[in-house]
Amino acid sequence: MDIGLLGQYLANGIILGTMYALVAVGFTLFFGVLDVIKFSHGDVLMLGAFTGFTAFLGLEFVGVTDPWVQVLVVTLVAVAGTAFIGAVIARYLVLPLKAAPPLNILLITLMLGTAIREAVRLFYPNGSNPKPFPALLPDASTDLGNFTLRADSVILVAVGLAVIVGLHLLINRTRLGLAIRAVAQDEETARIMGINYTMIVLVTFAIGSGAAAFAGIMNGLYYNEINFGMGLLLGLIGFSAAIVGGLGNLYGAILGGFLFAALQTIGAVALPFASAYKDVFAFGVVIAVMAWKPTGLIAERTSDRV
Amino acid sequence: MKTPLRKSMGAALAVAVALTTVPAVAKDTVKIAFIGPLTGGVSAQGLGGRNSAVLAVALRNQDEDAAYTYDLVSLDDECKPNVGVQVATKTAADRHVIGAITHYCSAVAMGAVDIYHKFGLPVIVWGAVLPDITYGNDYAEVHRVNGTMINQNEVAAQFMLDHGYKTWAVIHDTTDYGKGHNKYFSEFLTKGGGEILGTFGVTADQRDFTAELTKIKDLDPDVIYFGGLTPLGVRIRQQMDKLGIDAQFQGTSGIVSESFVEGVGDLAEGTVAFREGAPAEKLPGGQFFLSEYETAGYDEPAEAYGPFAFAATNLLMDAIEAVGPDRKAVTEYLADIENHESITGPISFDDHGQNTVAVITKYVVQDGTWTVWEDSAYASGDRALARP
Repeated sequence: MDIGLLGQYLANGIILGTMYALVAVGFTLFFGVLDVIKFSHGDVLMLGAFTGFTAFLGLEFVGVTDPWVQVLVVTLVAVAGTAFIGAVIARYLVLPLKAAPPLNILLITLMLGTAIREAVRLFYPNGSNPKPFPALLPDASTDLGNFTLRADSVILVAVGLAVIVGLHLLINRTRLGLAIRAVAQDEETARIMGINYTMIVLVTFAIGSGAAAFAGIMNGLYYNEINFGMGLLLGLIGFSAAIVGGLGNLYGAILGGFLFAALQTIGAVALPFASAYKDVFAFGVVIAVMAWKPTGLIAERTSDRV
Repeated sequence: MKTPLRKSMGAALAVAVALTTVPAVAKDTVKIAFIGPLTGGVSAQGLGGRNSAVLAVALRNQDEDAAYTYDLVSLDDECKPNVGVQVATKTAADRHVIGAITHYCSAVAMGAVDIYHKFGLPVIVWGAVLPDITYGNDYAEVHRVNGTMINQNEVAAQFMLDHGYKTWAVIHDTTDYGKGHNKYFSEFLTKGGGEILGTFGVTADQRDFTAELTKIKDLDPDVIYFGGLTPLGVRIRQQMDKLGIDAQFQGTSGIVSESFVEGVGDLAEGTVAFREGAPAEKLPGGQFFLSEYETAGYDEPAEAYGPFAFAATNLLMDAIEAVGPDRKAVTEYLADIENHESITGPISFDDHGQNTVAVITKYVVQDGTWTVWEDSAYASGDRALARP
């Protein structure tokens, strides 16, 4: 295989991997801080994409047409709006159930996800039809042999990776991150040290949901289409990525995201049978990895969570 | 606000007509059903079909010679087999429904025909093209006014070979529909001397095709053939561009829809696709249908299969007029249909309830509209397809 094509596969995989990693980071944050699995995460992502799309329609309506301004406003509105919704979900659905068995939270968020999905389908104007998401980034491209490099893909990956690095710095280098890590490690001690527990949980959920909204916008800009069911598979893949990497570990989530994207690409390209089975292949490998390392590739140590 | 005004004028007219022609004894009302994808990715086709069926019923209800008043129930199968089976059961189990005009999506129709047979509900398919819907069973209840994908793919293969294309990559969705297209196209193409470099099955809701398309880029075919419906077609065409693939894009009747052109934008230019039946304006009753459709002022266009839905609805009502509102009698009546007049040309059902539609229309997208090949700038040589 020539080097250009290899580069193309790699570029495709990196874009997918960045999106998956952003979703997985949310799962891992929620689990790290609160020991909960929030199954509505994929649908929160979808909600973020629709919030961004609505913001775009609003901008068009008031006559703002500069694509850079549009993409900036769309992203900010989507991330802020979805972060707020994430915090609300944490405050009124997850925190009250903290004492209940974890299975209850899992079920509640599973149902919440369905409710969000159906609400968008039924109440968003024409919500059951796919929406054409605008291509707001420049589509200039250069050909390097068989490798076509597009400006919009480069920007998406660069910003996506920057967000992941930013999250990493936030968790490991700031006072807020210190508080989040403290809560993750030991809730009661953190309270005694004067950390506002509820506030930290809400902020964590806001951050995770904001990251999901960002992944949703990224998805929309890349595929130029959003629909009410887009969060379903993305949520599942993000969850698997977080588990494979090691639930509760930020690096694990990132590793898991890129690993899953790589598996899908390999499944579609290198296997002799039809590409229809690429998801079967990717999830199959995930099962195998989980059997081999039940706690994930980067296992969570109780003393080193998030 | 042209449309609402037209609509209200139409309604006023209908009321006026109704008021002046109400007979002394009210006619019996007969319930018939329409099923198609009214929401989801291919809803444009479904709504066009639904409007055409509604139009046929409205026109019939204005006709004072009609023996019955018709009540059309429209149901949404979402182009999903599981939903389709539910609405089919709901329709078939309702004894007041005498007959139905059913399904655009082949995968849905395949699941539903067993139910119609079990409940003895006569149906006329208006859009689904998979041969097995009529030929894969011996159900007397199932009929189809539009053609099957066999002839479509035969013409498609020959046409492309005639234009000098040598190599293909095939992408198809893994439903019965996509697999059928793959099977028949590959058969006719290899028989005609074309070479298929690679075949890729994809799921019907897949979003990312970059892995498949990168592999296709490596294979470097002249043409990418896509056997599937509009939503996937839009994504594949867009991602071809993202990866810098300049092969000719060839679709099937599944993408002959205005929503394909809307979705892809300028990239749609030069896309070719094939559909059984003549375009609406060239049908025997096409002008009549189009002007009535225009007058009725629907929000959505009639789309490629609207005329078939209109013809199917009329055929069903003709049957009920002839033999009365009885499922068995209607089924028996439909079995003997021979040269029955319709706007799509005379309808004749064979042993399997399949209408013979000989004409296949070749389409190419020119300046944002599906244009009949012979009338296009491509046929006259003013424009050229990719890599001829």
